[in-house]
Amino acid sequence: MQANEIYERIKSKFEDAIVEFKADAIVEPYLEVKADRVKDVCEFLRDDPELAFDYLMCLSGVDYGNGTLGVVYHIYSMKHGHRFVLKVKVPIDNPVVQSVESIWKSANWHEREAYDMFGIIFEGHPDLRRILMPYDWPEGSYPLRKDFQVPEFYNGMKVPY
Amino acid sequence: MATFEITTRSVKGDLKTDTMILNMGPQHPSTHGVLRLELVVDGEVIVDVIPHIGYLHRCFEKHAEQMTNYQQVIPYVDRMDYVAAMGNELAYVLAVEKLLGIEVPERVQYIRVIMAELQRIASHLLAIGTYGLDLGAFTPFLWCFREREKILDLFEITCGARLLYNYIWVGGVSHDLPSEFGKKLKDFLKTFPKALKEINDLLTFNKIFIDRTANVGVLPADVAINYGCSGPMLRGSGVKFDLRKNEPYLVYDRFEFDIPVGEGKMGTVGDCWDRYYVRVREMEESLKIIEQAWEQLPPGDVHSAIPKKVRPPQGEVYFRTENPRGEIGFYIISDGHSASPFRVKARAPSFVNLSVLPEISRGYMIADLVAILGSVDIVLGEVDR
Repeated sequence: MQANEIYERIKSKFEDAIVEFKADAIVEPYLEVKADRVKDVCEFLRDDPELAFDYLMCLSGVDYGNGTLGVVYHIYSMKHGHRFVLKVKVPIDNPVVQSVESIWKSANWHEREAYDMFGIIFEGHPDLRRILMPYDWPEGSYPLRKDFQVPEFYNGMKVPY
Repeated sequence: MATFEITTRSVKGDLKTDTMILNMGPQHPSTHGVLRLELVVDGEVIVDVIPHIGYLHRCFEKHAEQMTNYQQVIPYVDRMDYVAAMGNELAYVLAVEKLLGIEVPERVQYIRVIMAELQRIASHLLAIGTYGLDLGAFTPFLWCFREREKILDLFEITCGARLLYNYIWVGGVSHDLPSEFGKKLKDFLKTFPKALKEINDLLTFNKIFIDRTANVGVLPADVAINYGCSGPMLRGSGVKFDLRKNEPYLVYDRFEFDIPVGEGKMGTVGDCWDRYYVRVREMEESLKIIEQAWEQLPPGDVHSAIPKKVRPPQGEVYFRTENPRGEIGFYIISDGHSASPFRVKARAPSFVNLSVLPEISRGYMIADLVAILGSVDIVLGEVDR
């Protein structure tokens, strides 16, 4: 199934959840949905027999640099062999996105990574804690954000040492 | 578990029975690097496993954003899955090329295929060698390394490096194949099947090895897909899915090869032995691909398509290839005006494959966990990036 057909199928069910569909994006078309509806959309994407997106290839956090954070879902269907890109955008001062961990278990660690690096809060995630950064990393400090400042000291050690 | 209950009942009075927490790693020889597993155990039986990663985190994604151009990211990519560096380079470079929209010469594509498949054999040799080592078989490890050495020699005469190559460039490769490459490659192709048979006799069909790995760590196909497993992990569970066939890149659609899947020959489909044996058979298939690619290798210039400046248009790409450990993907965002990527996200196969570990190790013994972890075949450089 092509991306625009997939989009039409989602549109017929979740017209109110859609923000934007960009068909002419380089390299792949993508669909942006509302952050508080993404779980419903994903559940439909997985359970609809025509779509059957059973495989989450990648989930990435993004900082767009203009006060917006985003999450990008690259999904694939093992059954039909088609793929699709889903996006959500949230303001940096209230970065709350619904978790899709209950739909694709692979989202568990990817969401933890996005939380760790960007501070995106995934609502409904069973175990949202840092994954790659040390546990004593300062709270509220997210290294992949564009406005991240390298701290002068880490655990009493000067940076760069 | 049953015996445990009987003993507690036979003891009069209040006997507290509780689970215990045990740390495995970060410096444990069988964790293949710095991985810490927090085990919740009931005697010898594993109740839960909580992996703690990040000890080898080197901020790859942050580095990639701070580079002055796209090409400078390639050496960093090498250091992710450091035993299969060619595969990482290939995935990253193909992603950038897709974003740029450039075509590379046929000769370059064939050289890339040969290198990627040689790397696959080298990586699988390391995987099965250390897997034997984990389970107490020392000799196969040395035999695997003897064969791997020959592949590293091939890489060395081509690009000068044995582990981290920086060989595959955007638009081409750094050096053409040297004149003695063909002879050495043919020698390897001739002797390797014999060596593989020796390894099979020594390890694969060894009774002790089968007892340790069959029916252990069974991963059902639907769980594997839901957890995003890929590579030998997914195929070991009987799912016939290989990106070289299902989403062909480079010139893979011109070669004849099979996709080995787990069949439950020694136990259940998706057990440790199946995952192991998929790797062994994949080496045979890689050999077939190399033979065909070498026969078809066209002449040409390997530098002709290398762009002077890499400035992709505004856009983004997610490109994935089949690395020895599974699906490696790069999500790259270009802002259209700067020469360095706006965002690079690496989807590392080991990172995703490792997340299924708690699911497949509950209920087994601690000693089995070593077998399960070895069969997942992680490289921590890639898990932590």
